[in-house]
Amino acid sequence: MSADGDVPAEPALVGNGDRRLTVASSVPPLVISGVSKIYANRLRREKAVTAVDDVSFTIAPGAAVALVGASGSGKSTLAKMITGSERPTAGSITFGDLRVERLRRNALRRFHRRVQIIFQDPYGALNPLHTVGYAVMRPCENFLDMSPREAGRRAHELLETVGLTPPTQYAAKLPHQLSGGQRQRVVIARALACNPELIVADEPVSMLDVSLRAGVLRLLAKFREERGLSLLYITHDLLGARVVSDEIIVLNRGRIVEQGRTKQVLQHPRDSYTVQLLNAVANPFAAADGARPSPEALTARPPAEPAV
Amino acid sequence: MTVLLEARGVNVVYEPVRGVRIWSVRDVDLTLEQGEFVGLVGESGCGKSTLAFALTRMLRPPARLDGGAIKFDGVDIATVEGEALRRQRRNGFALVLQSGMNALNPVRTVEHHLGDVLKAHARKGERFSAGAVRRRGAELVDMVRLPESVLYRFPHELSGGMRQRVSIALALSLQPRFIVFDEPTTALDVIVQGAVMQTIKDLQRDQGFTAMLISHDLGVVLEATDRVMVMYAGRIVEGQPSKALLRGAHHPYTEALLGCYADPRADEVRLGEISGALPDLSLPNTGCPFEPRCRLAEAVCAEQMPPLSPLGEGTAACHVRAREVGAAVEMRSVG
Amino acid sequence: MTIVTTAPPPESPGKGVEVRVGPASEAIPTPLLFLGRALRTLWSNRKARIGLCIIGFDILIAICAPLIAPHSPTATTFTPYSGPTVANWFGTTGNGQDVFSQMIYGSRITLMVGLAAGALATLVAVTIGLVAGYRPGAVDEVLSFITNLALVIPALPLMIILAAYLQGRSIWTIVLVVAFTSWATGARVIRSQATTLRSREYVTAAVFSGERLFRIVFREILPNMTSLVAASFFGAATAAILAEASLEFLGLGNPSTVSWGTILYFAQQENALLTGQWLTIFAPGLAIALLAVSFTLVNFGVDALSNPRLREKS
Repeated sequence: MSADGDVPAEPALVGNGDRRLTVASSVPPLVISGVSKIYANRLRREKAVTAVDDVSFTIAPGAAVALVGASGSGKSTLAKMITGSERPTAGSITFGDLRVERLRRNALRRFHRRVQIIFQDPYGALNPLHTVGYAVMRPCENFLDMSPREAGRRAHELLETVGLTPPTQYAAKLPHQLSGGQRQRVVIARALACNPELIVADEPVSMLDVSLRAGVLRLLAKFREERGLSLLYITHDLLGARVVSDEIIVLNRGRIVEQGRTKQVLQHPRDSYTVQLLNAVANPFAAADGARPSPEALTARPPAEPAV
Repeated sequence: MTVLLEARGVNVVYEPVRGVRIWSVRDVDLTLEQGEFVGLVGESGCGKSTLAFALTRMLRPPARLDGGAIKFDGVDIATVEGEALRRQRRNGFALVLQSGMNALNPVRTVEHHLGDVLKAHARKGERFSAGAVRRRGAELVDMVRLPESVLYRFPHELSGGMRQRVSIALALSLQPRFIVFDEPTTALDVIVQGAVMQTIKDLQRDQGFTAMLISHDLGVVLEATDRVMVMYAGRIVEGQPSKALLRGAHHPYTEALLGCYADPRADEVRLGEISGALPDLSLPNTGCPFEPRCRLAEAVCAEQMPPLSPLGEGTAACHVRAREVGAAVEMRSVG
Repeated sequence: MTIVTTAPPPESPGKGVEVRVGPASEAIPTPLLFLGRALRTLWSNRKARIGLCIIGFDILIAICAPLIAPHSPTATTFTPYSGPTVANWFGTTGNGQDVFSQMIYGSRITLMVGLAAGALATLVAVTIGLVAGYRPGAVDEVLSFITNLALVIPALPLMIILAAYLQGRSIWTIVLVVAFTSWATGARVIRSQATTLRSREYVTAAVFSGERLFRIVFREILPNMTSLVAASFFGAATAAILAEASLEFLGLGNPSTVSWGTILYFAQQENALLTGQWLTIFAPGLAIALLAVSFTLVNFGVDALSNPRLREKS
C-alpha cells in the first residue's frame, strides 16, 4: 500500500471481446466501400504505389474495431482517408449520409467535430509552445462556440477525466514538462473536447512504456462505453487490439486478409499473416511452454489478498 | 567461468550547463562472464542505455562517470584514454545501436563502410587490399544471413532490417569479445523484429562472444538471453536467470512488469499497469526507489535502500521479500 | 490477482524545471510581453549579451545625438584637414566639418537604414516563405521560382544599378533597394522550415481542433519559427548595414545626408590616408564593422527563442 493510506484498487483491464455499452449509441455507421489509394506522381514518372487495395468494411454504431497490420500495410493511409486528410483514388467512405471523400473546407471542418484522431507520437502531437490548457481549449472554442472562460472550465473538467489532477496545475504546463503517458492523456482529452462521435486512434500506445499502456487503453475503453462513441483502433500490437476491440480487421499490403470477432480471429487465425503478427507479440510466457500460467502462479509467494 | 567485465559502484551523473544535475545510474555492481548473453531490462528513464554507454566508455558530456571501477578482462578501463582506449575498442567491445541502421553513410556502399572499420583499427603494418576487404565482407554478411550482393549496395537500397543486420556485421568485423545491443530491433517493423533477434541469438551462440541486450521489452529479452537484470530508477533491482524469471519474479517491480504482458489468444486477458511515476532523479533517494508505487511497501522501505540479496536463483533488492525468504529458511531449519 | 493501482499519477518528476504558471488560456502573450521575454532570453546568452550591448549603445547614441554631439555635423566652421584636437576629437573633414559630431549623428541614418531594410526584407521573406511552404502545388512552384531568380542575381551589382538609376536619392530609396535585393535568402530558408513544420502532427491536430488557416499559420507554425525569423532579421540587418555603407561609399547614396557611409565617401574623396586623416576612415569603418558583428553575435542567442527547453534557468 502506498504511504497515502487508503488506495482504491482497480481491476486489471480485462478484454473478453464482450464489451457492452452503457448507453445506446447514436453514432451513424461508418461505411468504407471499395476504397483504394494509389500514389503516383505522373510528373516524375515514378512507379505507382498501391497503399490500399479495394478495402470494404463497416464500423457499426458504438463499435470498437481494430485495424491491424505491420508498417506498410496501409492502415495509416486508411486512417487518413477516414478522417478526411486524404482522398481515396477509388471507392467511397460514408458517415451516415455524409460522403467523406467529397468534403471540402467548411464541411470538412464541421466533420472534424464529429470524427477525431488520436496520434501515435505524444511528443509530436502537441505544439511545444502552447500550454496544455490551450491545446484542450481550442476545440471547445472552435466547435462548441464557448467563450475562453467557459472553454477553460471545460478544459479543466476534461483534464480531470483523463486523470491529470489537479487540472489547474496541468493546464499551465508546457508539453516538455510532462511525461509521455501524461502527454498522451492530454491528446485524448483534446480529442474528446468537442464530443466527437467517432475516434480514430492511430497506434496510441506504441510509443509508451508497457506499464503505462493499460491505463491509456482503459481510458479509451471507458469513454467509449460511457459515451457510445465508435472507435477505430489502429495498431500492429494484437494485445492492445484484443483488449480494446470487439471486431478485428487484418490488413496486409493494403488488402484485408482476415476479419471477424476479435477473440475468434486471434484464437483461430486463418491467414498466415495473422499468425505472423501473433508471433510477433512479445509474450514472455508463450516462450516457456505455449500455455499461459495463471497470474497467481507468477509470484513466488502465495497470492496476496485482494485489497478490496 | 572467467569473468570478462566487472563493474563496481558505477554512478553516472548528467550535468547540463543549464538545469539540474541528474543521477541516471546509481551504485551499480555487475559481473559478466565470458560467453554469457545477458539482458538489461527497464522502462524509459531507468538508465539502462546510460549504463551500457558507461561500460563501453561511450559517455559524452554532459554525462559523466562519477566514481566506480570498471574492469574489462582485468584491465581498469574507467580511467584509460586515447590510444589505450582505442585499442580496447579494437578487439574489446563493440556497440550496436537502435539507430545503427541510420548511422550508415548514405553515399557509401556497405563494402566501403567495412573497409573503413578494418583500416581504422588495423595494426601496424597491416594492410587491407580491396580483395581482402571483400573476402572478409562476404564472411560477415553471410554470418548475419544476408546475400553477398549487399556489399555493393547503398544504405537506401536496403530495408530497415537489412541495414540493422549490416550494422551488426560491422560490429562483428573486429571480432570483439563483448557486444552491447541497445534496442537493436525496436525501430524495425514488428514482423522483422523476430527474425533479426533470432539472428542475434544464433550469432551469439555460434561465435561465442559475450553479449548484452538492452531493451524495454521484457518478452524479447527473456526469450533471447541467459540471464536478465532489471533496472529501475538507475539501479539494478533484480537479476535472475531468464528461465527462472519466467517462472516467477521476486522484486515487486518485475512482478508488476510481467503483469503488463499477456497472451492475446487466452480466453481471458488481463492487462496490468503500474501507475505513478519515476522518482525525481535529481535528488538522492534514501529508501527503495520503487516504494511509492509498490504494493508491498512498508515503513522500512522508505527509510533504507534494500541491498541486492540472494533470492530465488539470483538476486533481488527488496526488504519484504528478503525477510520472507529469511523466515522460510528459518522455518525449514527449525522444523 | 488484482493489481492495486495507487492514486492518480502524481506530478511528473520533471527535471527540476520551473513551472510557468500563467493564464490557462494561451501561451502566446501580447506583443510587448513577447518582446520583453525575447529580450530576456537573448540576454541570458553571453555572446548575444555582448551584441545587445553594442546595439543598445549605438541606439542610445543615435537617440541622444543632439545632446552628445559637441557641434553640428554639417557646420563648416573648423579648419579643414586638421588632426585630432581638443575641439575636434576626431579631426575635421576637407570642408571643415567636425568628424566626431558626424559620427554621432551618422549613427542615426546607419541604424535606421539597417534596421528598416532588415525588417522590410524579413517581412517579405516571411510572407513569401510561409505562403510557399504551407501551400504545396502551383503557388509554391511560382513563388520558389521567383525566389530562386532573386537569389541568382548578384545583390551588390543590382543594388548599384538600381541606386544609380532611381530618381530622388532619399534614404527610403536606399532602404527599398537594399530590402529588394536581400529578401530571397530568408525566404528560401523560411519556406523549407514551413514545409517541415506543416507536416508536424500538432499542425494536423490544430486542423482537427477546428483552427482556420490564418490561425494555423500565425499561431501554430510561425511561433515555432521565431528563431529562424529572428536569425533572418539579424542577418538581413547585417547585410543592410554593410550594403548602405557600400552604396554611400560608392557615391550612389545621398551625399548630403550624414551617415557612417558618407563619412567614408568623403574621406575617400579627400584622400584621407594621404593627408594623415586616418581617423576619418578608421572610426566609421570600425563602427560599421562593430555594428555588423553585434547583430551576428545576437544571432547566437536566437536559438532559445523557439525552444522552450533552452529557456529554463538553472
